[in-house]
Amino acid sequence: MNLRSLRRRLTSHFMSFLCVLAVLVALVPLGFILFFVVSQGIGSINFDFFTQMPKPVGELGGGMANAIVGTLLVCGFGAVLAVPIGIMSGIYVAQAAGTQRANVVRFAADILNGIPSIVIGVFVYAIAVSPFKQFTALAGGIALGVMMIPLITRTTEEMVRMVPGTMLEGALALGATRSHAMVTVVIPSALPGIVTGVVLALARIAGETAPLLFTASNSRYWSTNLLQPISTLPTQVFAYATGPYDDWHRQAWAGALVLITLVLICSILARFATRRLERMQTGS
Amino acid sequence: MTALEPLRPFEPPLSFLKPAVYFFLFRAVALTLRAGLRSQPLTTQEGSFRFFPCILNIMNRRKVSVGDFLFKVGTSSFALVLVFLVAAIGMVLCYQSWPTIREFGLNFWRTTTWDPVLGDFGALPFIWGTLYSSLLALLIATPISIGVAIFISELCPQRLKQSLVFLTELLAAIPSIVYGMWGIFVLVPAVRTFEGWFPEWLRAFPLFSGPRVGVSMFSAALILAVMIIPFTSSVAREVLKAVPMAQRETAYALGATRWEVTRVALHYARVGIVGAIMLGLGRAFGETMAVTMVIGNTPHMSLSLFETQYTMAAVIANEFVEAANDLHISALIEIGFVLFIVTFLINTASRLLIWGMTHQRKQTVRTPVKSLETAA
Repeated sequence: MNLRSLRRRLTSHFMSFLCVLAVLVALVPLGFILFFVVSQGIGSINFDFFTQMPKPVGELGGGMANAIVGTLLVCGFGAVLAVPIGIMSGIYVAQAAGTQRANVVRFAADILNGIPSIVIGVFVYAIAVSPFKQFTALAGGIALGVMMIPLITRTTEEMVRMVPGTMLEGALALGATRSHAMVTVVIPSALPGIVTGVVLALARIAGETAPLLFTASNSRYWSTNLLQPISTLPTQVFAYATGPYDDWHRQAWAGALVLITLVLICSILARFATRRLERMQTGS
Repeated sequence: MTALEPLRPFEPPLSFLKPAVYFFLFRAVALTLRAGLRSQPLTTQEGSFRFFPCILNIMNRRKVSVGDFLFKVGTSSFALVLVFLVAAIGMVLCYQSWPTIREFGLNFWRTTTWDPVLGDFGALPFIWGTLYSSLLALLIATPISIGVAIFISELCPQRLKQSLVFLTELLAAIPSIVYGMWGIFVLVPAVRTFEGWFPEWLRAFPLFSGPRVGVSMFSAALILAVMIIPFTSSVAREVLKAVPMAQRETAYALGATRWEVTRVALHYARVGIVGAIMLGLGRAFGETMAVTMVIGNTPHMSLSLFETQYTMAAVIANEFVEAANDLHISALIEIGFVLFIVTFLINTASRLLIWGMTHQRKQTVRTPVKSLETAA
């Protein structure tokens, strides 16, 4: 009997130890990646990186100014497309929660979220590139927009549902119609969360490469024309990282550092913003 | 060259469905009319408005404010866009891949020669690569991510919880291109030295044969595993959170140790955890950039971990822009179409499993683990 309880306790400790080990194993790559990106990137990032154009092959130096502007443009256009659709459908799902229709929309959002980004790239190629025989920044924006929609929908839904039901009921009791109550009471209190959701979605999307390869494509020139191919940070990093020159690798690390910094800042901001909503829900 | 082919009248696919479509349209109209006729118009006794029952019915409905109506129509029409998008992706991909589907049929998926210049398309090596790399990644990632989920939801102190959740989410937020860069410059050299150390007698096995170049199936599986851990573990965590506290308390009351209690929770959550694993599989199937950069991109099938191979997503990414001709493009789109269908099915299945778990109404009490009964 005693031996058996000893064995059970030992098993329990051993399994707990394995779980801790799993956490460590999962976090080691994170540490490695952050370490390498920062240590390799910090040396090669400088003022030129943000302000200079790429130099011709063989010359040292130069930067990714065009790619940075391109990323801003393409992501901006994607956000313009995705934000209204995402937020409105998120509100719809939250407000019609539990009904068949809401479930269908939520399911569609989940499916859209699970579709590989490369497939979305192919889809946008078929509808927005091949009919016009031209890679455009616009098509890149559409691809990123399609990827953003489900992310925004899900966070909006979550945020709206986080607002305590008593607030909606209070407004209804004061004689507001349902839509009035939603627009003036529920949505404003969920707004910080919704905005963070959008920012977070933008951060996720800014690093996407696969859907841009054959929609916005790439270019070595300065371009702000939405109807021309445009270079973006991730595609530029891809081109440089797979290229043969050390100087290109150096710049690719710098690009990766910029991307990862963007993601980090957005994630940290998002944590602070949602904390307020969580506090509201627990009522303290 | 032969003479021009005689023009055939265009026949849309699925035209045999026409009668069915008419039938349903007719049903819909009939049902609406009947519903309209049944409702009693309030405004008149004579029934003079009965000729336009549907229109009248809108006017006589329960009073709904204009704002509410607009709000509902506005939000739901945007929500429809989402559903429409999923359908559109499927249809457009199917339509665009029609030339190869017609030309090669099932042979596209059974043959192994991929030669765009000669117009010979066999996609079996890519399927093999995708399946093999995803399953290997799953094998590595599943125990780790379940361990992480258990630690965060069952074992870890409250204070640590938030930051651990944050860190695992960060792992999911790192762009795949950054994973790919890390793969090329750090992981691949590391794998190369590892392959160098590998004992010679083990290399006789087909699993470990092949060159020692570093870019290989093994690197791809490793990097895929790292990338799917956050997805699987976060869903598994949610599922474990949905296990009623009473389950754990009961087990504790019976004198179970911590691990035995965790086993009770795991047993209760098993369906949802399978869903979480499948979600990770779906992610692994579609992952493109990081895999493209480390797998070596050579289309041949091999069981060896150290052999360079190819995946479906990678071939699309590499060949799409430089496609040789329309048939090549169509073949690549067909690969994308299949990827779409597969991820659609996997995601549907996993969502159903997870929803069934987290939205469970009834709390069924299950018997605790066997060893407990005998231990007490």
